[in-house]
Amino acid sequence: MADLAIFARLARAQVRGQLSYRSSFVMNCFGQALAQANDLVVILIVFGRVASLGGFDIRAVLLFYALSGMSFGLADMAVGSIERLPDYIRTGTFDVVLMRPLGTLLQLFASDFQLRRIGRVLTAFGVLVYVLSTSDIHWSPAKALLLVLTPVAGAAIFGSIFVAANSVSFWFVDARELANTVTYGGSYLTSYPINIYAGWMRTLLAYLVPGAFVAYYPGLTLLDHADPLGAPAWFGWLDTPVAVLAAVLAGLIWRSAVRHYRGTGS
Amino acid sequence: MIEVSELGRTFTVTRKAGRFRRTSQEVTAVGGVSFDIDAGETVGYIGPNGAGKSTTIKMLTGILVPTTGRVRVCGLDPSRQRAELARRIGVVFGQRSQLWWDLPLAESFELLRHIYRVPAGEHAKQLQECTELLGLQAFLDTPVRQLSLGQRMRGEVTAALLHGPELLVLDEPTIGLDLDSKERLREFLAELNTNRGTTLLLTTHDLDDIERLCRRMMVIDHGRVLADGPLAELRDEVTPERVLVVDFDRPCEELTGLPGVREVKVEANGLRQQLSFRRDATTAAALITMIAKRSPVHDVAVIEPDIDDVVRSLYHR
Amino acid sequence: MSAVIGCYLRITLAGFHRYSTYRQAVLAGTATNVVFGLIKVGILTAVYLARDGASIGGYDLTTSITYVWLGQGLLGVVDFWSSDDLSERIRTGDVVVDLSRPWNMQAALLANDLGRAGYSAVARFIPQLLLGALLFPFRWPTDPLVAPAFLVSTVLAVLVSFHIRFLLGMTTFWLLDSRGVRGLYGVVSGTLAGLEIPLSYFPGWAQNALMLTPFPSMLQYPINVFVQDGSVLATLGQQLLWVLLLAAAGRLVLARAMHKVVVQGG
Repeated sequence: MADLAIFARLARAQVRGQLSYRSSFVMNCFGQALAQANDLVVILIVFGRVASLGGFDIRAVLLFYALSGMSFGLADMAVGSIERLPDYIRTGTFDVVLMRPLGTLLQLFASDFQLRRIGRVLTAFGVLVYVLSTSDIHWSPAKALLLVLTPVAGAAIFGSIFVAANSVSFWFVDARELANTVTYGGSYLTSYPINIYAGWMRTLLAYLVPGAFVAYYPGLTLLDHADPLGAPAWFGWLDTPVAVLAAVLAGLIWRSAVRHYRGTGS
Repeated sequence: MIEVSELGRTFTVTRKAGRFRRTSQEVTAVGGVSFDIDAGETVGYIGPNGAGKSTTIKMLTGILVPTTGRVRVCGLDPSRQRAELARRIGVVFGQRSQLWWDLPLAESFELLRHIYRVPAGEHAKQLQECTELLGLQAFLDTPVRQLSLGQRMRGEVTAALLHGPELLVLDEPTIGLDLDSKERLREFLAELNTNRGTTLLLTTHDLDDIERLCRRMMVIDHGRVLADGPLAELRDEVTPERVLVVDFDRPCEELTGLPGVREVKVEANGLRQQLSFRRDATTAAALITMIAKRSPVHDVAVIEPDIDDVVRSLYHR
Repeated sequence: MSAVIGCYLRITLAGFHRYSTYRQAVLAGTATNVVFGLIKVGILTAVYLARDGASIGGYDLTTSITYVWLGQGLLGVVDFWSSDDLSERIRTGDVVVDLSRPWNMQAALLANDLGRAGYSAVARFIPQLLLGALLFPFRWPTDPLVAPAFLVSTVLAVLVSFHIRFLLGMTTFWLLDSRGVRGLYGVVSGTLAGLEIPLSYFPGWAQNALMLTPFPSMLQYPINVFVQDGSVLATLGQQLLWVLLLAAAGRLVLARAMHKVVVQGG
């Protein structure tokens, strides 16, 4: 798609600007990596006191954490700028976005592309490497494929959540806090096995908002670990179709939101 | 180029009434506006704040969907064919920027080239022209956020023109600019219209913009068009009077009985007198001749109604 | 003297009032706290299940859940992640206006922060406390003296937090861009203060190290007072010590900054 080429171009231009402030960039990137590592420290401390959580050992939980972290980091990088939406609406800059012969979502994604957000991905990736190299997963070409698909699908799921949550800014004044709750909360939640959460919370945050497919189910499939909640072994493969569905849904919500904006001009 | 018929836009405004209730009210921002603009025209769209100027522009550019009426720009329906229309017109917002804040100006232009899919050769030519005429060379590599308002506006206008649009819409383009910058911008736009035939539609508060740039003026207030026509015609129609100011060598008694003169104001004991007369009743030359016969005249001046006066009269109609 | 106190009291009330107008933001913030609280309850419950209900560091499950809701509620009051008002004003030079007023800027900012904290206590802490107490197993204090002690402890916690934030803001006079430092603080401060998991979960050496820092004073200590863990006097004493140390440091830094501005035209 020609539009994606433009997104890449916009992103590249901004990255060039960011990299020119080398030390600032490194520090910010480190800050992101540290923020992600914060959650890791908590997991390590917890496992200093228990041997398993919800029936899962530390390697399994670290796998969930790593997959969740990578997905979130990638989503934050690709889509994160959409949190500027309330500012754009308020200053009228969104009208400029509507003026251009380019998709509005893509323009927003590119509006504040921050390469430093890759810091999260790096921490999570490091943990992933550690987990995979020290665990006894029975590898197969299928599992290798799943491993590659999962962060991408997870990123798409988180990205869809970002977009849908931020769309609310078109109806209410500033949905940023709400969006942050759903996204950071989602990232936090999916780092742990979801069977530890109470029934209604699990239904809402792991299935309706399909957080369970970011790390939990794919993780289970990779580890050949039986699901305490009783899902079949191949459930992990659902992460890709769920991601596609989430993206389509988010796109529809966004379209409807923009149409509302153009209909009411508010 | 632009066809507008019975265009209307109402907003529902909710207000708090007491602690818990909300009342909603229908506010008409634009009500039943109709006009046509042909290619090559220069039109000024003038009105006070809240008159409906910005709302009309938003409907013309597809940002806002009209509640009633019909609008076609370049033969396209703006709200339905937004992207297609965007390639054919250029828009300059006085108060919002379409440039990328952190990037050098030149990079914004380059990005726009790709967004609007302009062939490299055309883009380069257009950019070269604008750079020369608007003097952009000095700050092409400066990040937009460091530019002065005047520099930024020149950048904005360039950005709007890079894809060679047939129509340029400007929403308050000279707001906040110093006099010199305003002049240069108006000159540039006038030449654009003369040499390239680009249609110009500009909304403004600044009556000088209209005077210097627009051959046709539309006055809007409270969502309705009060007047629409060539500036000169509107002036003659709405404020048909001129004032002749005569300074005498010696105090002179009141100049009564001059044909075509509606009112005489005497100042400084008769040393200066101001005569208000209608254009169609007599001429300044005729009056001066008659006055000179009565008493030696030291100096004369003719005051035309200000465009301010024109507009003010229109608002009060 | 009373006029001076009156002046600062007014500032406190103004701070309270100002924050009361951010109704939407406060509501959204509380909602975020609740969501994270629910996730933490899930995690801590799982921890206890994994240990068959054995307590950790003196906390049983009910106490842990109480800890979660206290922590989430106090978060808004103590405020680790403050806005960068001070840094921004220093960066733009507007701070000169504040420094030239006939007040002590540190005291004025403190008064304002107390107002803010007061409002957060009413609008964020109390609702969350009630939510936790009504919907979850909750451990109320058994001693009536705990209430005033908890109030004092919370005020001290706010003071500690304020002074740290003040010092960090003041670094802008020398660092020009203090976002990196403040960002770093934002990432680690919560965890080190006992926000993510009780400090009693940390390994022994870590707990000893933390005792030498002001972090526990900001969150863990007020919670300890509420759940009646440890000597109240010792806890309040430690908090008071940090308040005095940090306030003195702040005063020193302020004096140097003013010197810098006056002599060098900072």
